Amino acid sequence: MTGFRPTILAFCCNWCSYAGADLAGVNRLQMPTNVNVVRVMCSASVKPEYVIKALSQGIDGVLVLGCHIGDCHYMTGNHRTAKRIPLTAKVLETVGIDSRRVKLDWVSAAEGDKFQQVITDFVEVVTGLGPNPLREVRF
Amino acid sequence: MTVRIGVFICHCGHNIASTVDVEDVVEYAKGLPGVVYSGHNLYSCSQEGLTAIKESIKDNELDRVVVAACTPRTHEPVFRRACEQAGINKYLFEFVNIREHCSWIHTKEKEEATKKAKKLVAMGVAKAALLEPQEEGESDVVPKAVVIGAGLSGLSAAAALLNQGIETHLVEKEATVGGILRDIAVIGPDDVDAQELIRSLTETVEKSPKAHLHLSSRVTELKGFIGNFELTIEGEGKEETVQAGAVIVATGGVEHRPEGEYGFGELKGVITQLEFEKILGSGGLGARRIVIINCVGSRQPGREYCSRVCCNASLKNAVRVLDANPDAAVTIVHRDIMSCGTAAEELYREASDRGVRFVRYGLDQRPEVSTDGEQLVVEVFDETLDEKIELESDLIVLATPIVSPDDSSDTGKLLKVPRDKHGFFLEAHVKLRPVEFATDGVFVCGSARWPVSARECIWQGQAAAAKASIPISEGKVVIEAITAEVDPEKCAACGNCVLACPYDAIEIIDTESGRAAKVNEAQCKGCGTCVAACHNDAIQQKGFSSRQLGAMIDALIRATTEVAR
Repeated sequence: MTGFRPTILAFCCNWCSYAGADLAGVNRLQMPTNVNVVRVMCSASVKPEYVIKALSQGIDGVLVLGCHIGDCHYMTGNHRTAKRIPLTAKVLETVGIDSRRVKLDWVSAAEGDKFQQVITDFVEVVTGLGPNPLREVRF
Repeated sequence: MTVRIGVFICHCGHNIASTVDVEDVVEYAKGLPGVVYSGHNLYSCSQEGLTAIKESIKDNELDRVVVAACTPRTHEPVFRRACEQAGINKYLFEFVNIREHCSWIHTKEKEEATKKAKKLVAMGVAKAALLEPQEEGESDVVPKAVVIGAGLSGLSAAAALLNQGIETHLVEKEATVGGILRDIAVIGPDDVDAQELIRSLTETVEKSPKAHLHLSSRVTELKGFIGNFELTIEGEGKEETVQAGAVIVATGGVEHRPEGEYGFGELKGVITQLEFEKILGSGGLGARRIVIINCVGSRQPGREYCSRVCCNASLKNAVRVLDANPDAAVTIVHRDIMSCGTAAEELYREASDRGVRFVRYGLDQRPEVSTDGEQLVVEVFDETLDEKIELESDLIVLATPIVSPDDSSDTGKLLKVPRDKHGFFLEAHVKLRPVEFATDGVFVCGSARWPVSARECIWQGQAAAAKASIPISEGKVVIEAITAEVDPEKCAACGNCVLACPYDAIEIIDTESGRAAKVNEAQCKGCGTCVAACHNDAIQQKGFSSRQLGAMIDALIRATTEVAR
């Protein structure tokens, strides 16, 4: 598996985690190049379908990052994310996709260092899992 | 539908171009579906860059614009405006972040960073192709403001708001107003009476019928958006909820206490600058030989910044000592004297002319303080004389920097605003949006964002008040067109979205296609929670539709294959 560089998709909410990612940039915190961020307004707007689509078409891992519980810009949006994403991972597990390919975490606008840590750790986990088995059979 | 997308990749000077091969990304973008123009700018947000984008929109008859540059959180309005000026609806603009999310975090991986930039641009282009023009709504603004912190900055901000007739809540955690200035008698370099300054600002606040002063109080909760914030203020045994259109953060800084350094806390006669200010203010200075050591705990590894106010305070205090006692011997041991500006430079000259001795030291040879039991001795390697000298002294003053208060981390979390590595708050953009946070309607001023002089506290307090008063005096804020909308044909009226909406903005009504959900636009805040709750894909969020996000996923997969070749 040497040289495998996973392709990872990250959904970041506009108010906390996207801002946290910006702060990581401002502070020049270095991290792996594998993660590609999609900005959404709230982590609760991330449909399970997006996660399923990405993984079934060969993306190696999906990150969903939101505000900490209690800090959601939209009051309780992330409460839904907290239920929805782990459930999505469980559903994917039943069809043979390792649930570790889906990760939910909370990064605030002030946590550039945590963003760096989450990215670095997730890339390491997914690299360890190897390529998404569905990569070659995507439709 | 055929689209004509223009892609503009920004160098951002060296910020992007030193890591990402901009020309390579430009060439790659030319081959992406729908792209009819791809080019690059040295600084896309400069007047020149914006003009180039506008001209290109006209020359190439573009109907979609993608800029790959920095973060939409600061620069999106700049490019949206340019699109509007060139005749394109501003919602047909898509931002790709290749600076904060790419070049700045992959500085040593040029090749991989370039590949990543290509993927991000491909994703942005895919979304742009599916963007639709939108119209914006409006929302009412609560005509009140909250200022957190009643030091010089907060008082200045509150006074400026009250002078405009805006109802203002001023929240101070201490039992009295004034902040650091409480301990200072005279502000340099032009000898302003600090207590008189505080008194007159406090009077403005206290006299105003529209002011609410909350002492020994803290803001414990902040909810809502620009125009409609709701804050909980706790203190003096009560809890109060207040509404506000804007919030100003003026939580200031505190003096660094250099425990254990230069005998501080161990030797009698070693004090901080602020303690020195108190002695000078009380007129009780007995010491004749005084040594002031500058840059104690600043401009060194771990705390690299210059605190800006200490050199001027040292100069002012040296001159004040001589005013009171012309026979005094004052030495300022410094690393560089930072006395910028006409008045401060004049003060430096005056101090020099009146016999204040200046001794320069280096970081690798710091002064040492000892005592022979009777008097204090400062031993310092004088860089000018190139030899070690001893200064006998009765009093040693340590000029330490302003640091961020211990509770600024809590304040940051409460308000959801970012801080730098030293704990100071970060404004949205130092040049484009000074004194504003990236979160609309929340502003910052004074030493909460960086150590500043009294004069700058006043400027920034007034600047923040001026910015905060814009939405309040306009009475309306524009709602970004990112609200949700329902396709009644697809809607089964199951009510999932009604339950999911945190704002009660959705109801089930009768439509031509039967019972269906309807979004009340004025109440919708554009979170998209309902979108993910819908089983039928019947609700879409403008600018974040499932087709648009799905296209981004497809584009990432395609681009990953392409750049790997």
